[in-house]
Amino acid sequence: MKKTRSDEAPLPPACHSTNKPFENGKKPRAHSQLLSLLGRRFCLGLLTLLALSAVVFASTQILPGDVASAVLGRDATEEALRAFRQTLGLDQPALLRYFSWLSNALHGDFGLSLANGAPIIDQIRFRLENTLLLAAVAAIISIPLAVILGIVSAIKSQGRVGSFLNISALAAISIPEFLFGYLLILVFSTQLGWFSAISMVLPGMDLTQRLSVVILPAFTLAPMVWAYTMRMTRTAVLSVMSQPYIEMAILKGEPRSSIVLRQALPNAMAPLISVVALNLAYLIVGVIVVETIFVYPGIGQYMVDAVGKRDIPTVQACGLIFGATYVLINLLADLLVIITNPRLRGALK
Amino acid sequence: MIIANQYVPTRALAGMGITIFIILAVAFGPLFMSHGPNEIVGDTWDAPSLFYPLGLDNLGRDMLARLLDGGRATIGLALAITAISFLIGVSSGIAAAVAGGWLDAVLSRSVDLLMSLPQLVLALIILTALGTSIPVLIGTIAILESTRVFRITRSVATGVAALDFVQVARLRGEGLWWIIRREVLVNSLPPIIAEFGLRFCFAFQFIAALSFLGLGIRPPNADWGSMVRDNAQAITYGVMAPLIPAIAIALLTIGVNLIADWLISRNSPAVGEEQ
Repeated sequence: MKKTRSDEAPLPPACHSTNKPFENGKKPRAHSQLLSLLGRRFCLGLLTLLALSAVVFASTQILPGDVASAVLGRDATEEALRAFRQTLGLDQPALLRYFSWLSNALHGDFGLSLANGAPIIDQIRFRLENTLLLAAVAAIISIPLAVILGIVSAIKSQGRVGSFLNISALAAISIPEFLFGYLLILVFSTQLGWFSAISMVLPGMDLTQRLSVVILPAFTLAPMVWAYTMRMTRTAVLSVMSQPYIEMAILKGEPRSSIVLRQALPNAMAPLISVVALNLAYLIVGVIVVETIFVYPGIGQYMVDAVGKRDIPTVQACGLIFGATYVLINLLADLLVIITNPRLRGALK
Repeated sequence: MIIANQYVPTRALAGMGITIFIILAVAFGPLFMSHGPNEIVGDTWDAPSLFYPLGLDNLGRDMLARLLDGGRATIGLALAITAISFLIGVSSGIAAAVAGGWLDAVLSRSVDLLMSLPQLVLALIILTALGTSIPVLIGTIAILESTRVFRITRSVATGVAALDFVQVARLRGEGLWWIIRREVLVNSLPPIIAEFGLRFCFAFQFIAALSFLGLGIRPPNADWGSMVRDNAQAITYGVMAPLIPAIAIALLTIGVNLIADWLISRNSPAVGEEQ
């Protein structure tokens, strides 16, 4: 009691300045505003994840007949159908199946593969690591370079450099991954013999061996990611550079490097983070085709294999993992955008 | 260069040249072939000769005949998919923009939901459940593509629907359908049409990728994606066979992209860079 009194004591003189109570009142308000923004975005992300799981599950239920008759074919016997339905739990209502599937998946239990009866999670654990390694290497060799070149081509948007970068990005976007992939195989594997055409991952490989396996797939994946990131970075920086306050800075005679670094970049941060996130998310999906080219044992190749065999539980598991990664990357990016927003910066101090 | 009173940049002209050449070749080329695309005329991966300028494929079929015939399948499918996705996307996008209210909310939220999953992943899941027949393939990709068309149409049409002449038409007591058809649709069309080329490229690459993964058009019929897949083994012997259809895919995509880039930048100088 006494303490609060002594705390309040110095307040009245401070009230003379109209500034201080305002500042005192603003700080916690801005802080809670930031927190509530972050919290709201986080909840939205969780909700999207839930909706995503529902879409993944529902997509396999849209069959006019049911999965059993589709998988076993038209001339399957009635007993075979019934037995198959029972193993999948198809005799239960869809909503019930969804919730039991989801709660099992949250515990890491994706069920048994229809193709070989083995637990799906065993395959996924080993393959997810491979896929993430591939995506990480591809991201490291493409994204930093793309962001830098994107900024360069925004600054020199009228000149020859910008137009050259623009054309090469367009070409990189247009060329399908398998053309890049087989060209790399033709040059570096068939003719030079530096790398293997098939990216086998054996247990007990050390990091350098695994990197040498991953290098061709990563360079196949890189051009598309590089091109998209560069084009989007260019657009993001150009849209900031056309703002009135940049024009003001130019008119004030501020040097160009200072304009770009101090005025444009903090405000281009949010779109840049979104650009990088979007392309990381693209990378996660791009691995599907690239892993198939190199027969690289990742989640993408596993999923394509399972689609061919109509192994529904495996496809659902892979779809859930791909989708969740995609949603989580976007969520993380949005949270970062909120934190780095210059207008909310005061709230963090 | 100036065509019909309009300045056309060299890049767009090059794009038109490539696109028209490929379309003519694919449309009329098969008529001049002395042998069918599924006819076995020699040994596996025979080298190019005067009679078979692109060599033979993994089963000893003429690559050129298959390339021309496969182009019909791949381009035809991509065109059908793009047309259907525009039909769905434009009509629902305009309806959402003009009607607003619950219709807009329902459509927009379901598009958000579909777009929260990567397209290829969603397509793979649906193809597992429904199988990979041609109608399923067209329907699946068209619906997934229509989400993008919906977004663009809705944003363009919302702008148009807020303009004075639409308000006047509303006050005049015109019906919703009349307003959509006579006022909003005609005034939102140019940027939407400019988008067609871009969406075609996506559908084209999508169908090629699915065929490459072995989930598209069934053998023995040729299409560019599955031709790459069938001949993939050749690359380890230094044979170019899988590169030929892959180059064809790249060329057509570059051609259409060059045209689309020009059309989009003409309609809206600021946007059109992304996607």
